[in-house]
Amino acid sequence: MPVKRVQKTPMPERDAVLRSHDFKEVNEGYGIAHAQFEAERCLRCQDPICIDGCPVRVPIPEFIHQVAKGDMRAAAEILRRSNPLPAVCGRVCPQEVQCEEQCSIGIRFKPVAIGYLERFVADWEMEQPAVEIRANLHQDQKVAIVGSGPAGLVCAGELARLGYPVTIFEALHAPGGVLRYGIPEFRLPKNVLDWEIEQLKKLGVEIQCNVIIGKTITMDELMGEMGFSAVFIGTGAGLPSFLGIPGENLNGVYSANEFLTRVNLMHANDFPNADTPVMVGRRVAVIGAGNTAMDTVRTALRVGAEHGMIVYRRSDQEMTARVEEHHHAIEEGVEFHWLTNPVEVLGDEDGWVTGLRCVRMELGAPDDSGRARPVPIEGSEFVIPVDNVVLSIGNKPNPLLLQTTKGLASNKWGCLVVHDGTSETSRDHVFAGGDAVTGAATVILAAGAGKTAATEIHEDLRANS
Amino acid sequence: MAEILEKRPLTPITRLYRVDAPLVAKSAQPGQFVIVRVRDGGERIPLTIADYDRDAGTLTIVVQEVGTTTRYLGQLDVGDDILDLVGPLGMPLEIPVKGHIVGIGGGFGAAALLCLMRELRQRGDTTTIINGAREKDLLILNDELAGVCDNLELCTDDGSAGFHGLVTERLAQLIDGDGPGRPDMVIAIGPMLMIRAVTETTRGKDIPTLVSLDPLMIDGTGMCGGCRVTVDNEVKFACVDGPFFDAHQVDFEEAVRRNKMYVRQEGESKNRTACRKLVVGQD
Repeated sequence: MPVKRVQKTPMPERDAVLRSHDFKEVNEGYGIAHAQFEAERCLRCQDPICIDGCPVRVPIPEFIHQVAKGDMRAAAEILRRSNPLPAVCGRVCPQEVQCEEQCSIGIRFKPVAIGYLERFVADWEMEQPAVEIRANLHQDQKVAIVGSGPAGLVCAGELARLGYPVTIFEALHAPGGVLRYGIPEFRLPKNVLDWEIEQLKKLGVEIQCNVIIGKTITMDELMGEMGFSAVFIGTGAGLPSFLGIPGENLNGVYSANEFLTRVNLMHANDFPNADTPVMVGRRVAVIGAGNTAMDTVRTALRVGAEHGMIVYRRSDQEMTARVEEHHHAIEEGVEFHWLTNPVEVLGDEDGWVTGLRCVRMELGAPDDSGRARPVPIEGSEFVIPVDNVVLSIGNKPNPLLLQTTKGLASNKWGCLVVHDGTSETSRDHVFAGGDAVTGAATVILAAGAGKTAATEIHEDLRANS
Repeated sequence: MAEILEKRPLTPITRLYRVDAPLVAKSAQPGQFVIVRVRDGGERIPLTIADYDRDAGTLTIVVQEVGTTTRYLGQLDVGDDILDLVGPLGMPLEIPVKGHIVGIGGGFGAAALLCLMRELRQRGDTTTIINGAREKDLLILNDELAGVCDNLELCTDDGSAGFHGLVTERLAQLIDGDGPGRPDMVIAIGPMLMIRAVTETTRGKDIPTLVSLDPLMIDGTGMCGGCRVTVDNEVKFACVDGPFFDAHQVDFEEAVRRNKMYVRQEGESKNRTACRKLVVGQD
């Protein structure tokens, strides 16, 4: 029987002072006792609307029920059937605005900690002796996936499960996309990502790194001489935006992508053992207040900054970062400059950053996004002395594929256009999903799009076989 | 992985590599580059494609051993694999002007003129290559370059071979009608100092000039923005918009400054390579 407890079982976390100097994971994860204690809170609703909040539609009460019963193997199987990346999603999904927002007990109490439980089950599975998974690729038609980020990985996993030989083409030297280069080790350890990718390979998914579709191989070659019957494009949103303010090209100014890639993909935190450096001074200002901004500022502290600052033109009410990430950043000593709009990066005579000229803002009437529009307060200019500025103000889709591919429609933001409510692009048998279509969003929405596309590709290929 | 099929010293610190990379060779075009990484924990560095052979599936790159990764690369031998090689990256070079096209290569930059000048000559342009270096022994690929253009002009700072002087001094003579004559277009590849000097030599003379910029890069696909350069007062990413740009619009001062961003770290890292032997594919 479900047990009524108001609060979630808290997630054990590492001490903020200690952790802000290393890259070990912040959240330590539930033990079995925590997990079962929390799982008992699930009401097992007849009509579980939590599932509606999940982009990959994990049968949440089913797996939680198995956790409560102590049958972790069964829980893991249920989870993996619906989500090829449970250990990733259990860590990085914004559950508070998805499954957990829908949770029935959440109306009066705190919702069931669905994310923590998902992570627990996936981590449990990781620690067990490997179960033999035999690939069963019985379909004749093969599918190419462009990009090995969350959308591509999930799409590949689903298609392999349906029996299709799948090849993922990845531009970088290591697979994972934003999970590899973007999300830091302290939030998503790379051995967890490696393990998830290993599971997909066991299903028969092939991954070719160092191949750029549109450059190394064109879309026409892929679907012509290489014999792929369908293609899924999950190239993400990997073209960083800049503000266009003076001083953005001074030495010491980074995009969040570059800053995080240097550390996460290239291991700049281990320089000079690793060969790629990252330049971090005493004071680092990160512009923006999304999850990437929080990742960036917390990374800056870990690679030696004494002051990590968030500079955001709106207030904390409008920030897009998850509450948990904001909370962790506060604990780690991040300083927040809300309602502060940067107008110029200042530099010394050698071209190195020395400061950030800002203007104070106040909130006005709601804008198109429904959020209060920040308005500058006249005469409020001031300078924050900084050694580095990192821009974390969003990304646009990468243009490489579009440059060389005929017949792929895109909109004015460079996002691929898909037919209403589907993943079909303007080219036959070419599907797309994730940030490449929506513009920068979340890991789980990309994963959901990959999963939906897999189903559509399956239908498309069956109709044409 | 790309296997090294041929490794040939061109100068004491410059080597030519021919590598097995059929997919890249098949799609490569003049002006493009590849990114290589030679060890776990290694950097990704851009290298200009000097030449390619689509039938043989091979790619030629010429590397000057000036930093950590190029030094590690120098430790690899024929039969070894370059751990990661990806490309072709960048926009293929588009040369709208027809007529007398002068390619200027400084130091190891001359290598990149191989496939480019061959292509231009094949389409009917008159082609001149000015190959310049400090001294005779540092001039590279003279025979190969002579084979892909109509006129090969050699320049050395010390006069030990060809014209005694800088490439820009020879270029100025050509502009005045000397030798193969006034260029309709100039393309310069080489050290920043040289391409900048070429830019000033043709400025205001109504000679369209393209230069190849080599800013710091990580991914080479537009993802990091580290390679941003200002051209015509607009910020461009050299990896996806370049690497060739209209020389007369380039903000060289900024480009030079940005390339020096990691001088201290580069030195620190390079010093370690002297006493560290690369074990292929491992730390």
